[in-house]
Amino acid sequence: MKAEEQKETKTRRLVVPGEVIASGSNFLPGEGARREGNDVTATRFGILELEDRLVKVVALSGTYLPRKGNVVIGSVSEITFNGWVMDINSPYSSFLPIIECKGFVSKRDDLSLIYNYGDMVIAQVIGVKSKGVDLSTKERGFDKLEDGLVITINSNKVPRVIGKQGSMVNLIKEYTGCEIVVGQNGVIWIKGESIDAELVAREAINFIDKNSLVEGLTEKVKVFLEKKTSEKEKK
Amino acid sequence: MAYKKRYDGRDFDETRKVEAKVGVVPRADGSASFSFGDTKAIAAVYGPRPLHPQFMQNSQRGILRCNYDMMSFSVTERKKPGPARRSQEISHVTAKALEPVVMLSAFPNTVVDVFITITQADAGTRTAGINAASLALAHAGIPMSDLVGSVSVGKIGNSICVDLTKAEEDYEEDGEKMATDIPVAFTLRGKKLSLLQLDGKIRKDELVKALEVGQKACEKIYDIQKKALMAVKAH
Repeated sequence: MKAEEQKETKTRRLVVPGEVIASGSNFLPGEGARREGNDVTATRFGILELEDRLVKVVALSGTYLPRKGNVVIGSVSEITFNGWVMDINSPYSSFLPIIECKGFVSKRDDLSLIYNYGDMVIAQVIGVKSKGVDLSTKERGFDKLEDGLVITINSNKVPRVIGKQGSMVNLIKEYTGCEIVVGQNGVIWIKGESIDAELVAREAINFIDKNSLVEGLTEKVKVFLEKKTSEKEKK
Repeated sequence: MAYKKRYDGRDFDETRKVEAKVGVVPRADGSASFSFGDTKAIAAVYGPRPLHPQFMQNSQRGILRCNYDMMSFSVTERKKPGPARRSQEISHVTAKALEPVVMLSAFPNTVVDVFITITQADAGTRTAGINAASLALAHAGIPMSDLVGSVSVGKIGNSICVDLTKAEEDYEEDGEKMATDIPVAFTLRGKKLSLLQLDGKIRKDELVKALEVGQKACEKIYDIQKKALMAVKAH
């Protein structure tokens, strides 16, 4: 019981909007925080993080805001004469023009033969403007998803799913033997040798999503995956 | 015959039993329920998301759109479903009460939709709706400078009361209506008034006193709202 209590105090502090999180002119407000007179207050609902003098709030919820360089997975929602309009779970529409598409595509080609309505595409954000987001699939690794499993999680949990230097996602890859691509917009593509392996990977990701606030999550995911894989071998 | 003791035996500055829960609508980006005794409200927040028609878009910041509605079974006499003059007015004042705290400058050309549904009504529905909406907005990860708390205060006979019930709103002395209903909303830390409506008659000094009492009640609501948000942890 006592050990559990200690764990409780170890989980990080949650703050609500408007809450005073630091006082004095020593602190600098970071993301999710702002200065109000002598105090620094939270502007988002999330976890408080202190880094020296920088105070920031890591949000737990909210829609995905694209940034240049992000890898996202989107679905084609519209085909225009010079590209594709993609749905990437963000407040702004995103566009993949044919010049940014893999290989050479002429304007006279039937664009639906390359990416059709509803196709899932891994793409890179190459620009964020006030009216929308530009995507590209030119570089290696970005293309249409032909098979596999696509799941969606809250985009704020993506850093936890990836882990430090990709430790978490590599762990899942190792245990399940699946190929996994995590889009910054919370869409995750899983491709394994069997559907069972894909389902285990999905369960592990949902486990991370649910327990994203727990300390030492990597170890717990390891235990979780070991249990799952040994169950499978028994069968 | 003055109103010396309240019908339900409460103190004059006491609200009904307040309950708040966050995360009640799974498909919404953020949601909350809030109740004052028999008055129950559910709020669901969607967005920020693209706003159509385009002429409503604001290129400087996102807009907040509220929609208040009472379920047809929420009152003793069946309410005709759909928008009405009353619900349009309340939607409008709710948006005005919440606007000072939401900071949507990071989301130009978008909309944040707030849907408030009253499932059970016993006076004070707009105040319960504002409390629920404030929680739901925080849950949806919308940047906010503060939370909003709301309560109705009133004068019944000659006494200032907090959180009137329907029976109290209909209080009569010698066949004359003697109840004044004043819904108020305060930003909780900034202590700024963001909603003030008045139905009935009241003297200036009494109104000042009513606002003070209302603000104190809002502070108690803040504690409950904060507790409710702390209980969700993750989306």
